[in-house]
Amino acid sequence: MASTILEMRDITKTFPGVKALSNVNLSVEEGEIHAVVGENGAGKSTLMKVLSGVYASGTYDGAIVYRGEECHFKGIHDSEHKGIVIIHQELALVPMLSIAENIFLGNEHARFGIIDWNANETRTSALLKKVGLKEDPKTLITNIGVGKQQLVEIAKALSKEVKLLILDEPTASLSEKDSQALLDLLLEFKRQGITSILISHKLNEVNRVADKVTIIRDGRTIETLAKKDISEDRIITSMVGRSLDDRYPPREPKIGDVVLQVKNWSVYHPIHAERQVIKGIDINVRKGEVVGIAGLMGAGRTEFAMSLFGRSYGRRITGEVLLKGKPIDVSSVSKAVEHGIAYVTEDRKTYGLNLIDHIKHNITLANLPGVSRHAVIDDLRELAVANDYKAKTNIRSSSVYQMTGNLSGGNQQKVVLSKWLFANPEVLILDEPTRGIDVGAKYEIYTIIARLASEGKAIIVISSEMPELLGITDRIYVMNEGRMVGEMAASDASQEKIMRAIVRGEGKAS
Amino acid sequence: MSTESAPAPKSGVAEDVQQGPRVAVSALITNLREYGLILALIAIMVFFQFTTSGTLFKPVNLSNLVQQNSFIIVMALGMLLVIVSGHIDLSVGSVAGFIGALAAMMMVIWPLGPFSNPLVVSIICLIIGGGIGAAQGYWIAYHRIPSFIVTLAGMLIFRGICQALLGGGSSVGPLPDGFKALSSGFIPDVIGPLTLIPPTVNAAGKTIIGSGLTLHMTTILIGVVAVLAYAYFGLRARRTREQHGYEAEPFALFVVKTLVTSALALFLVYQFATYKGLPIVLMVMGVLIALFVFVTKRMTIGRRIYAMGGNAKAAQLSGIKTERLTLMVFVNMGVLSALGGLIIAARLGQAVPAAGLGSELDVIAAVFIGGASAMGGVGQVIGAVVGGFIMGVMNNGMSIMGVNVDWQQVVKGLVLLGAVVFDVYNKNKG
Repeated sequence: MASTILEMRDITKTFPGVKALSNVNLSVEEGEIHAVVGENGAGKSTLMKVLSGVYASGTYDGAIVYRGEECHFKGIHDSEHKGIVIIHQELALVPMLSIAENIFLGNEHARFGIIDWNANETRTSALLKKVGLKEDPKTLITNIGVGKQQLVEIAKALSKEVKLLILDEPTASLSEKDSQALLDLLLEFKRQGITSILISHKLNEVNRVADKVTIIRDGRTIETLAKKDISEDRIITSMVGRSLDDRYPPREPKIGDVVLQVKNWSVYHPIHAERQVIKGIDINVRKGEVVGIAGLMGAGRTEFAMSLFGRSYGRRITGEVLLKGKPIDVSSVSKAVEHGIAYVTEDRKTYGLNLIDHIKHNITLANLPGVSRHAVIDDLRELAVANDYKAKTNIRSSSVYQMTGNLSGGNQQKVVLSKWLFANPEVLILDEPTRGIDVGAKYEIYTIIARLASEGKAIIVISSEMPELLGITDRIYVMNEGRMVGEMAASDASQEKIMRAIVRGEGKAS
Repeated sequence: MSTESAPAPKSGVAEDVQQGPRVAVSALITNLREYGLILALIAIMVFFQFTTSGTLFKPVNLSNLVQQNSFIIVMALGMLLVIVSGHIDLSVGSVAGFIGALAAMMMVIWPLGPFSNPLVVSIICLIIGGGIGAAQGYWIAYHRIPSFIVTLAGMLIFRGICQALLGGGSSVGPLPDGFKALSSGFIPDVIGPLTLIPPTVNAAGKTIIGSGLTLHMTTILIGVVAVLAYAYFGLRARRTREQHGYEAEPFALFVVKTLVTSALALFLVYQFATYKGLPIVLMVMGVLIALFVFVTKRMTIGRRIYAMGGNAKAAQLSGIKTERLTLMVFVNMGVLSALGGLIIAARLGQAVPAAGLGSELDVIAAVFIGGASAMGGVGQVIGAVVGGFIMGVMNNGMSIMGVNVDWQQVVKGLVLLGAVVFDVYNKNKG
């Protein structure tokens, strides 16, 4: 058959403390659509960043052979020069510029710095026709939908004489119809001889268009399947096939009555008013119970939690929240906190910490009345509280006067946890509590969760790491595209079962 | 269970032993900026004391210095909170001008009967100032319109209203003496003066300059009581910390700091006592400074403002009502702008259309020289006050030296840039 266009050999990439990729091999043939699949955090995006030169040559080990020559890309510019174009999950378009301006941004048809708009627009029209987008090149990006923006990105790639097109989760934020159109476009490109690498979670899409599938797990290549061997079962097994060892502290659940119950919860997108992000969710947590919410990125888990926590996300929020059987008002964060609900964010740097202040002030922020009298802070009581939680959650720092911005991820997470523990909630929602922290710190976080449950708190854990959910929860909800698509006792659950619920839910949503 | 996950408890002991000196050092480093600033102020004062051949510290000049700059410092207290919360207020000079004009109209022109009493007028003006702050803060807090734009509009609007009120280019005055006392008055000597050296009267019936030395004893008393209270509360805070087993700053550092501050304060108090005593406006300023130090350091609302400036989203998700807090910061700024306007009018003895013109820039400069961050979340009341005095002493000193006003601007600009560059450099190094 055709010749090999790209070969990545023994790629190993290490970040401080983490081996993101180890000896990954990927071989792509000219003119094929090659899917790369794996769980969140498996290393797919890292691999693509190595390929496109975002991680410059020299910061990783291994070799990239592209069209027969070994390449050392120092940056995105080098790889684009050779015809490798990557389209990222987050679109990199300037919203207030037109389609034509975006397509030729940094690459304008110009003489002496003066732009030839006619040439730009003529070429843009030709490119838009290729991707099947009927829009005026002068239309501003902000005025077209996400699906069309995706097409503009692809047109931009075509303008660079692309030979190898890499799409990172291209359909993650697209509707079913737009997704189908995009996949058709990929097939059309294939006929024109353009090679594509498709990174996707959605196995039905992979099934439909891919000629080959490479599965990555924990930073390693598991296997590459040819068209005839591709099946969802086979892919799922390879994606999750890892054993549960004792990475989780033992605990004996003592589960009581229902503490929090959410009924028919619906939320719309804050900007795209017609888009429903959360579609009628029902969920409950009991005293002393740890409940997990599984799902892929973009399933709406964080949006659900944040909308529940004082309407911190979304618009037109409807539904009912009951605490111990009584309806409660959670329309603002302070009301939610008063009712004993706490939400520990997945993005601790943006939403969790004041990075330019020290540990002590961060820990008491959500419960200042707890360390003050008549609105005057008792400095010594605050210091005692901070030291107490520093010891309880084992925050490693020289003192509680260390800036939180200088702490490691694990210790930052413990500060955020301490803040909410000091607020003394009954229901604790933890969103990706172990994201980006090392194994040792993870174990400590699990221990804290187990202890809180044994103290009678109701805990909801949102996590993309299925083994983690299986290891620490009592019951697991599975969420996909804004819906609850499954609920299972942790003892009956397995990664395959969760994956299956997600994949089946995908079909249902369309 | 993996070995790396188990925390080693014994390492905690070693940490505790090291903690003592390390905390002291880090406390010293965090306070270095503040000390450095005060040292800079002292250096600048000493410099001008020489270049003006001793005029700077003359009692009359010290009184002038306070009266000329007090409105900058009063407004800087509000501006500090505005900047710490991540905003800016460009309207303060115009609001001050407007309030001065309004006060003058109420006291001199409009027939308001008992409502033209200076005290009543002042209270009404402060309330209106708060209302102006609320009106601007409303757009900033609840509609997320950038404060730069809202207060730029306010700057134009209130300067315009100020000029319209005064009927074009004219000034309104003279203001009643009772009102002027706010700026040019001195506290009454309830104890009575103490004559150290009786004045010598020459043949022509005039007092020989420098011969009489009479002390304003109420001033001396207030000064001594304030210094003793400062030392007492400092000591008590130290003792409580130690009783609870926490490290306080090293005793030597504490003693030096307290002694230097007290000596400086007593020297200034003595200088005031040999003249007419403490200016009323200095007392007002002193009380406000103490209040704002307390609010920012000890009260929950102060803590919340810093948290909001440091990370507004995190503050909001911690249950802080950031919108209302922003509104309150601007209300506070409005009240202090109004007070600044009253002080300006009282000093001039009349309302003029250009009152407070451009003072917003001096106020903002004072806050930034004082170490506040333009990104929000960082800044100290004492820093802003010292920054205000640095600007004031430079104005005053250069004026006495006869430096051209144009060049005074250049020097002030360089000092502002220098202070911020020094700050950024320090942070990057640390």
